[in-house]
Amino acid sequence: MTLIRYTEDHEYISVEDGVGTVGITDYAQGKLGDVTFVELPKVGEKVKQGQPIAVVESVKAASDIYSPVSGEVVEINEALNDKPELINQEPETGAWIYRLALSNAGELDKLMDRDAYLAYAGAEG
Amino acid sequence: MSAAPATTDHEAAPPLRQTPLAALHRELGAKLVPFAGYEMPVSYATGIVKEHTHVRERAGFFDVSHMGQARITGPDFETVAAAFERLVPGDIAGLKCGQIRYTQLLNDEGGIIDDLMATREADGTGLFLVVNASRKEVDFAHIAAHLPPTVTLAPLANRALVALQGPDAARVLARQMPEAAGLAFMTAAPLDWRGAAVFVSRSGYTGEDGFEISVPADAAEAFARSLLAHPEVEAIGLGARDTLRLEAGLPLYGQDMDETTSPIEAALDFSIGKRRRRDGGFIGAERVQRELADGPARVRVGLRLEGRSAARTHMKIASETGETLGEITSGAYTPTAAASVAFGYVPPRSSAPGTPVAVEIRGAFQPARVASLPFVPHRYVRKA
Repeated sequence: MTLIRYTEDHEYISVEDGVGTVGITDYAQGKLGDVTFVELPKVGEKVKQGQPIAVVESVKAASDIYSPVSGEVVEINEALNDKPELINQEPETGAWIYRLALSNAGELDKLMDRDAYLAYAGAEG
Repeated sequence: MSAAPATTDHEAAPPLRQTPLAALHRELGAKLVPFAGYEMPVSYATGIVKEHTHVRERAGFFDVSHMGQARITGPDFETVAAAFERLVPGDIAGLKCGQIRYTQLLNDEGGIIDDLMATREADGTGLFLVVNASRKEVDFAHIAAHLPPTVTLAPLANRALVALQGPDAARVLARQMPEAAGLAFMTAAPLDWRGAAVFVSRSGYTGEDGFEISVPADAAEAFARSLLAHPEVEAIGLGARDTLRLEAGLPLYGQDMDETTSPIEAALDFSIGKRRRRDGGFIGAERVQRELADGPARVRVGLRLEGRSAARTHMKIASETGETLGEITSGAYTPTAAASVAFGYVPPRSSAPGTPVAVEIRGAFQPARVASLPFVPHRYVRKA
């Protein structure tokens, strides 16, 4: 069963069998504008919940991506090296940024479910 | 996700001014941002990359009404030109009727107060100026304070300024004003548009062929709508204006130059003619002439980075051996160059195109090379 959770920084994590797939939300890519570069993490990198792990650059700005939970990076989306614009085109499907093995699944409880996130993003406008 | 800290402080700022096209921008779905005290469109629905590409391939409409417009008039053109030549290093006396000159206002230390366009009006006695939005009050006060009693500066507050840029610009504008297509690059003429007195310049800030048109404020929206009605034309925001001018090698005041920068450092030597180099006679001439003779301490260059990551303002430029050379003043991954390109200042010994350097981005040095400007070739129409 897949569990999807969202952060206040507009990352999503989709968890299946202890592995989370992380990217930015459709709302976030709309705010960023045209994405021109994604600085991916390295496989094997360990990260704590809320720490910066990747960078998404748009034409106008660079934005840190914070890891929604703690864990170890097990896979990165190499397609983003050649086609960073995938973040704009399919943010919540093909343009995931990295996958990590969760070290503390309990951290997911601090994140928002989809309804709560949509209300949050909607309020931010 | 969080964006890098904004460079402007929006708190306690005075209310934003609006251009005569504010309602139209809203109708077109513009994303509006504060810029130089105005609420301005940074992009429209399609986004910066598509807008940028549209200008390179078809024609883009820009609202640049936030920029300052003014006239300088006097008893005759010679008097006006001589008075203005005290303030700028450009050859103003040599302008033919309708000819435009790019030049800079300099301070006593040879630093750039602003860069501007000066046009000799077709009737031969006055100069028409276009200056940067962020500097217009400073410029106008400086100019007025230095003019002799017989020469007068009159800001033109009640006019909009729009730009039409791109390979289809001349074809489009000619459908409305056939005379416009007859203008050569860097010339201008007063024309009539449906009874409104407009001032059409064949110039721009994108590297493409195009026009800047000064329009009475009350005719601005009708004129803008008439341009946007042509299928070739899309509205373009300040975001794409910035990537276009970067590719075209054109510096932006306040970012690539300020009151500490000389025109020689900013690589604007081309805008200073032979007579003015030799004779001086303008505020700041001492430094300009010294740097022309001995070379400046630093010079603006183009940089092309190897990766896609963008070099942003204030990032450090280092030599291959790690010695600090200077810093980035503008940079972005731009659509037509399809590369991460930037301007920055380096010592002249490191300024030759091809020189390998490195730019510090988020703590890591990214390889780059000094590049010839422009990054994308200009397509100005020298002769109509």
